[in-house]
Amino acid sequence: MEPSLSKPMERQPVRKRKSSKESKGVKIALISIAILYLSLLLFVPLIAIFIKAFEKGVDVYLAAITESDALSAIKLTLLVAVIVVPLNTIFGIAAAWLVTKFHFKGKQLLLSIIELPFAVSPVIAGLVFVLLFSPRGVLGLWMVEYGIKIIFSVPGIIIATIFVTLPFVARELIPVMQEQGTSEEEAAVSLGANGWQMFIRVTLPNIKWGLMYGMILCNARAIGEFGAVSVVSGHIRGLTNTLPLHVEILYNEYQFSASFAVASLMSIMAIITLVIKSIIEWKTEKQEV
Amino acid sequence: MSIQIRNVSKNFGTFQALKDINLDIPDGKLVALLGPSGSGKTTLLRVIAGLESADEGAILFDGADLTNVHVKNREVGFVFQHYALFKHMTVSENIAFGLKVRKRRDRPSASAIKEKVTELLNLVKLEGFANRYPSQLSGGQRQRVALARALAVKPRILLLDEPFGALDAKVRKELRRWLRKLHDEVHITSVFVTHDQEEALDVADQIVVMNEGKIEQQGSPDEVYDHPASPFVYDFLGNVNLFRGRLNHGKLNVGSAQLEAPEHLNVSDTEAVGYVRPHHLSIDRLQQADDAIPAIVKFSHSVGPLVYIEMKLQDSEEYVEAEISKEKFTELNLKIGEVVFVRPKEVRIFVPEDFVI
Repeated sequence: MEPSLSKPMERQPVRKRKSSKESKGVKIALISIAILYLSLLLFVPLIAIFIKAFEKGVDVYLAAITESDALSAIKLTLLVAVIVVPLNTIFGIAAAWLVTKFHFKGKQLLLSIIELPFAVSPVIAGLVFVLLFSPRGVLGLWMVEYGIKIIFSVPGIIIATIFVTLPFVARELIPVMQEQGTSEEEAAVSLGANGWQMFIRVTLPNIKWGLMYGMILCNARAIGEFGAVSVVSGHIRGLTNTLPLHVEILYNEYQFSASFAVASLMSIMAIITLVIKSIIEWKTEKQEV
Repeated sequence: MSIQIRNVSKNFGTFQALKDINLDIPDGKLVALLGPSGSGKTTLLRVIAGLESADEGAILFDGADLTNVHVKNREVGFVFQHYALFKHMTVSENIAFGLKVRKRRDRPSASAIKEKVTELLNLVKLEGFANRYPSQLSGGQRQRVALARALAVKPRILLLDEPFGALDAKVRKELRRWLRKLHDEVHITSVFVTHDQEEALDVADQIVVMNEGKIEQQGSPDEVYDHPASPFVYDFLGNVNLFRGRLNHGKLNVGSAQLEAPEHLNVSDTEAVGYVRPHHLSIDRLQQADDAIPAIVKFSHSVGPLVYIEMKLQDSEEYVEAEISKEKFTELNLKIGEVVFVRPKEVRIFVPEDFVI
């Protein structure tokens, strides 16, 4: 053992930039603007949600989130997330794999198609599914015949959410996998690993942080999606109401405290997601150094 | 294990990477595939490994056709240019990988794997590094881990893609000597790709020079260096001076001088080029024979014990370079602008029908 080698080599952080040219005044001004902007548009509304939620006391708050329609909305939202996130994760990995490890014609087109849900308004996306699957839609007659119900029921909500959250995982993975290249996979195969072993033992550990990051974003959007789900769900209380729709209904019925109580629940979910996301970012950064 | 390559061609789109390659790699030898970038050497190596499939032709190991055998069943060890170590695994986990992914009935016991890893760590002189991660190793150490990992599965052949390409000059030299020694111990048929002629000449038993998807020449390092089969090989393996002139019945006329060309007795009055290595040029003050070519000394610089003298031929605009010892240089006491006579001690003449410079 050479003692001189016992310390890992440290790479110089690239971002270090001590000699910044801006004066202190400019720096303070910029920071102040950023903080003011964030406070007005993010922190104040967030705090307002909680204040409003607890306006009529803890009892009303608890009642609002334990009431049966609220509970079924929570259940449905979680069900949607539990189905959508794994499906889009599998799709995302497959798409990223295809795009980064193979050369083929129409790759750019595929990349654009993967990003399409980001470009299309969620409401339009929802309408497309209504046009396709509603009894008067393109596939409507056929589906009525076989008794399949998609629009105004849970399958429709799941399909709409899948559409809207489709790009998240793939988008996170493609740059990561592009950077990795294929040589580690090739090394694994040349050592006798089969495709599955290569994926589990070599590819997955290399992309795990990017993958988790994509899954978290996908999950956040799946829970919070309003537009597309609103169009296909039909707002049937206790049956096809997700949390965001439930918030809207309560609000429209002037049950402000209850509405904000449910909204605060979603805010808590969002904050937890953010914390997990930050931890992952911090870990990836540490790994890269 | 010997390797036979039969009529292998490979295209990438419209680019022809390999053009009808035929090559036999004898058992237990260390063979270098040498060529400039884009010559197809790495593609050929990857085709042998099965990482790339040939469009046409066949790859055989000991006569058994493996053309359609998947890379994971070919039992080749492949060492990548940038090591391709598994970043999230320690050195010992990296080395054990090939054994651990085997089917249960072929897999050695945990203790046997551990023993094998220790044995390989000793072989590549990395005892005590078992629990390091690749990021904690130097380039040379990483490459040795990559080699140990490839050897762990007892491959039938070892393939190395520019194994020392990413290392600095000193480490590169050490490591290639070490590879040579290792090969003498392990005796596994090995093929390595390089663009560095010195590396190939230093290490290989046999050199295969490639250019534009074809094999230009193959042979022992001495054969290839001393008797280049084509102008390309001459140019690629070491420095060379070109003397352009007219070839007529066994004589090459370069300006007023005449070089002997006994192998071209039947050629009459054609353009030809004489190839002379810098160390085959002698410098004299006096014209001692017909083959002494007048030249003007332009520049000299010394590298270690050798001195390189750049001269312009008096009768043309062409420059030549001679390599002489420092002693000889001091003895001659050359001055810039002085007219001297250069004599090729060895010359190889190519008629340009078969090449274009």
